[in-house]
Amino acid sequence: MAETSLPATPESAAAAAPRGRAYNARTLPGFATVAICAFVIIYAPIIILVVFSFNAGTTLAIWEGFSLRWYAQAAANEQVQGAAIRSLYLAGSAATIATVAATMAALATTRTRRFPGRTMIYALINQPLMVPEIVTAVALLIVFAWVKVATGHNSMIYLIAAHTAFCIPFAYLPIRARLETMDMTLEVAASDLYASKKQVFTKITLPLLMPGIIAGYMLAFVISLDDVVITEFVKSAGQDTLPTYMLGQLRRVVTPEVNAISTVILLAGAILVSLFFWFSRGRE
Amino acid sequence: MDMSTPVSEAAEAQVAIDVDRVSKIFPGEDAVRALDDVSVGIRRNEFFTLLGPSGCGKTTLLRIIAGFEPPTMGALRLDGTDISRLAPDQRPINTVFQNYALFPHMSVARNIGFGLEMLGKPKREVNETVDRMLKLVQMEALKSRKTSALSGGQQQRVALARALAPHPRVLLLDEPLSALDLKLRKEMQIELKRLQSETGITFIFVTHDQEEALTMSDRIAVMRDGRILQIGSPRDIYQRPAERFVANFIGESNFLDATLSAGHVTLKAGGGAFAVTAPPGVADGPVSVLVRPEHAAVRAGSPAGDELPATIRNVVYSGDATTIHLELGSGELFKAKMSNSTGGGATLPSQGEPAVVTIAPGAVTVLKD
Repeated sequence: MAETSLPATPESAAAAAPRGRAYNARTLPGFATVAICAFVIIYAPIIILVVFSFNAGTTLAIWEGFSLRWYAQAAANEQVQGAAIRSLYLAGSAATIATVAATMAALATTRTRRFPGRTMIYALINQPLMVPEIVTAVALLIVFAWVKVATGHNSMIYLIAAHTAFCIPFAYLPIRARLETMDMTLEVAASDLYASKKQVFTKITLPLLMPGIIAGYMLAFVISLDDVVITEFVKSAGQDTLPTYMLGQLRRVVTPEVNAISTVILLAGAILVSLFFWFSRGRE
Repeated sequence: MDMSTPVSEAAEAQVAIDVDRVSKIFPGEDAVRALDDVSVGIRRNEFFTLLGPSGCGKTTLLRIIAGFEPPTMGALRLDGTDISRLAPDQRPINTVFQNYALFPHMSVARNIGFGLEMLGKPKREVNETVDRMLKLVQMEALKSRKTSALSGGQQQRVALARALAPHPRVLLLDEPLSALDLKLRKEMQIELKRLQSETGITFIFVTHDQEEALTMSDRIAVMRDGRILQIGSPRDIYQRPAERFVANFIGESNFLDATLSAGHVTLKAGGGAFAVTAPPGVADGPVSVLVRPEHAAVRAGSPAGDELPATIRNVVYSGDATTIHLELGSGELFKAKMSNSTGGGATLPSQGEPAVVTIAPGAVTVLKD
């Protein structure tokens, strides 16, 4: 019976095995130079944009001193106010619907037995990531034009539908990732402890999935807030969002007001993306 | 096998879990018959162990009893009621999972109270039971901890408390000790035995560790390839294994060729005739017999009477005992294990020298195959 103690030994042997020094890219020649150049190329234009949003002058080229006048002007501009509210309303609605749909899709693709066509469905859900946005935009323009003529209905519903569609994969991916790393035995254990199917979902699956859902929601929100191409094609008169309003302004006189609006959007985006990373790490 | 003795009416009525001709086939191209016509009655208040190598079907049987898998064929009864079609949350049966499966977003106390909470028990009752369970597994101090902050042994205790809290009629344990180190495992073996007798709940324990099975169980079912080979007390299984596989899986064994004739066997290696009880279905003629190493003694000298001539191959000292590897006159290899407390190993001949082996009367078991 002495042999029963044997299974413990292979693990200790593996732990004692010598481990080679980890490969470290930082020791490669030119690493620091390449890294610095990359960061400068990425961030220099943005820094210039932010700096000139505080310009006291009216141009984007000559610095005439520090001022918050463009922020004040943008805030007082009724068109900007309308566009900002529309953007938030659109992003909020689209991200909410997309997150609900994405959660259901993620559950269906991870919490079911393998069924034929599952990979196909996975590809279909992620379709908006693969089809060029301009193609979707033109397609939606044509389809919605028919619908508008047929129904006579003209509201934000078209923009919400379009944004929801391209937000789904962005909400789906973090939620699915979270579900895949979640221990399925937990759900089995809950049902073993007398939880009904509904209770298993509300007491176990949903709370554990929450970080993924919040991360997915925020990512979808940022993507919607940022969209120009599809919005530009689908919107009707008076349905400008902040990005399409700014695009319109650029065709006329360009003042640092656009910089000020961009800086605010940048800040909002940065906060949301930071929160996204915070939540997708799982808070454990 | 003592199982063949007539089961009294009283013992029959005490069956808690009745597995009646259950088969499980996992569908697919390479359809696997994980359980093949398994029948077993597990008695009330019994510590019952399903023992076998990985892939023998023991975990599948446990999952069927828990309700995580439906049986393909056959019935499952709890105290006489058919439960084979009930969902896991409809069965008064709880499980301790191999990886514990504690809920990471809940405290220790909420984990333990989860089952009662789901049963809709009043808050006061839940809290009282949680406190009692914490005391039972000696975890009072860690009541409001997060489960991720616990050590393996502590998680094990919480998992046990959580499964015991709703006071199930049957507790299923799926290799719950396999993740613990040796010392902790020994402690938990005693702990589990204590919990079982204190709570009076039927325990069904799954393991591949024969020593664990022998130490803890009232009865053991040895499984292989989806079938139960033998059911019996640890003593039955060890001393009277029905098949070569059972003998080989539990403890150390010598298998020798012999001839069976009128209730006696004669070894090919010599010695006298041993009186045996042959298992049913074994006819007179050549048979395979089992001799446990500790039932043989070795000394120097030439054979007399019923002793077997042998040559010493190797002598291994292991503290409490000495194992002597020999070659018998028939060319068969043989292991004898002698306790060092009796001084048995001290006067042994050394390697290559002739010796004689004495087999204790009643130590020869005829095997079915």
